[in-house]
Amino acid sequence: MYRHLALYRRSWPRMLELGYWPVLNMCIWGVTSSFLRARMGNSAVMAGATLLGGVLLWEVTLRSQMGMSISFLEEMWSRNLGHVFVSPLRPFEMVLALVGMSIIRMLLGTMPAILLAWAFYAFNLFALGPVLVLFFMNLMIMGWAVALGVVSLVLRHGSGAEPLAWGLLFGLAPFSAVFYPVSVLPAFIRPFSYALPTTHVFEGMRAALLQGVIRWDHLAAAFALNMVWLAAAALLFARQFHAARVSGALISIGE
Amino acid sequence: MNAIEVDNLTKRYGDVLAVDTVSFTAPTGATVGLLGGNGAGKTTTIAMLLGLLVPTSGRITVLGHDIAKDRFNALARMNFSSPYIALPARLTVKENMRVYAHLYNVPRVDQRIAALARELDLAAILDRPAGQLSAGQKTRVALAKALINRPEVLLLDEPTASLDPDTGDLVRTWLERYRADSGCTILLASHNMAEVERLCTDVVMLKKGQVVDRGSPDELLTRYGRHDLEDVFLDIARDRRQAVAA
Repeated sequence: MYRHLALYRRSWPRMLELGYWPVLNMCIWGVTSSFLRARMGNSAVMAGATLLGGVLLWEVTLRSQMGMSISFLEEMWSRNLGHVFVSPLRPFEMVLALVGMSIIRMLLGTMPAILLAWAFYAFNLFALGPVLVLFFMNLMIMGWAVALGVVSLVLRHGSGAEPLAWGLLFGLAPFSAVFYPVSVLPAFIRPFSYALPTTHVFEGMRAALLQGVIRWDHLAAAFALNMVWLAAAALLFARQFHAARVSGALISIGE
Repeated sequence: MNAIEVDNLTKRYGDVLAVDTVSFTAPTGATVGLLGGNGAGKTTTIAMLLGLLVPTSGRITVLGHDIAKDRFNALARMNFSSPYIALPARLTVKENMRVYAHLYNVPRVDQRIAALARELDLAAILDRPAGQLSAGQKTRVALAKALINRPEVLLLDEPTASLDPDTGDLVRTWLERYRADSGCTILLASHNMAEVERLCTDVVMLKKGQVVDRGSPDELLTRYGRHDLEDVFLDIARDRRQAVAA
């Protein structure tokens, strides 16, 4: 982690990039929700709140995933992985360091957007109360599971798999019911949607915002599914790491 | 006592046999050279010694640790340097050294960095980004990284490649001194025959993934009736001449 923190300390473009997209997203959706409120009156207030809540919480997942994947890619881009993998650092220790960087990057990336929503669009995410911590935890774990999948593919297939670090999670967004309830999805898609931990978090968020209730059933489902996703991702990582050691991909990684 | 024991090491990629039943040992405190042309299997052998690559068959023991089962305990007591693997370019030399000191769990990090900076003449560049260094400076920094944990086994892949003769000589002098002072075992892959002759107590000649000969530089010179190792290397690489005597 020290290596990444030292890098960020002396690179303002990297620092800027952390918060740039979340703030930009918040500006776009904040203005959209303000417009809806002005046109449709009070009926759009709660719709706007769920929209902004969805934007912010989705950023938590996205920044967690990218924080982990890109920290790994930074090692690859600097052609330093050869040194890292011949040090006594165990793979799970490397993953823990990536998780640490993911938390730091997620907090630095989403906090400006959360403050922007509160200051300019009258949306206080913290009004959700302590349950927000549980939402954050679930979304971050989901981000780590996807990031481990990305890292596994990069380990196995090299830089050809790099674009997945930016795009893979977006493929899950339509099924995660970020901005709409699962009930509006076609019936045949709903089972897949409910298999995603993120879906249960966003359903729970809407219940908290619209009905003022905490849906413990959704939270429990999110945690349980996250354990399954994380275990599957860890297994994939372990297998791909070993496969890379067999095929020699660790020697030429980055090419 | 052998610091490194390689027994029937084989690595196969599909139909390609990169390393073929290679066996050799490196006694504690020795400097063993791995010599061979491009594609002879030197880098593949070193990668397997470091656990970067899983052998198809065979066994490697470093400092008593079986690399297949217990590589992390061995890696903590080893280190590695290659001009083909970079250090993060935007981090300063000191930050890079600190990163690796933490990875190798080195105690009293600042003291260790200061000592290496003195010994390898790095004090003036400690606060410069690694990416802004000259080739010679980068090599010295890579060497400092490789010595950060006071390794008992040091693997060097062409440590003086792309260095001018003066800097190359300084590095070789430093390696000789380090080995004499620490009793470290060095495995050196190199194309520089003068370097191998000067540093190595034993040489393993590889060709097409197989050990084709081994011995001290003097023994090889006598065996092939040559005056320098370059001619021995060419004899083996081009199948020009067999060893004079078994």
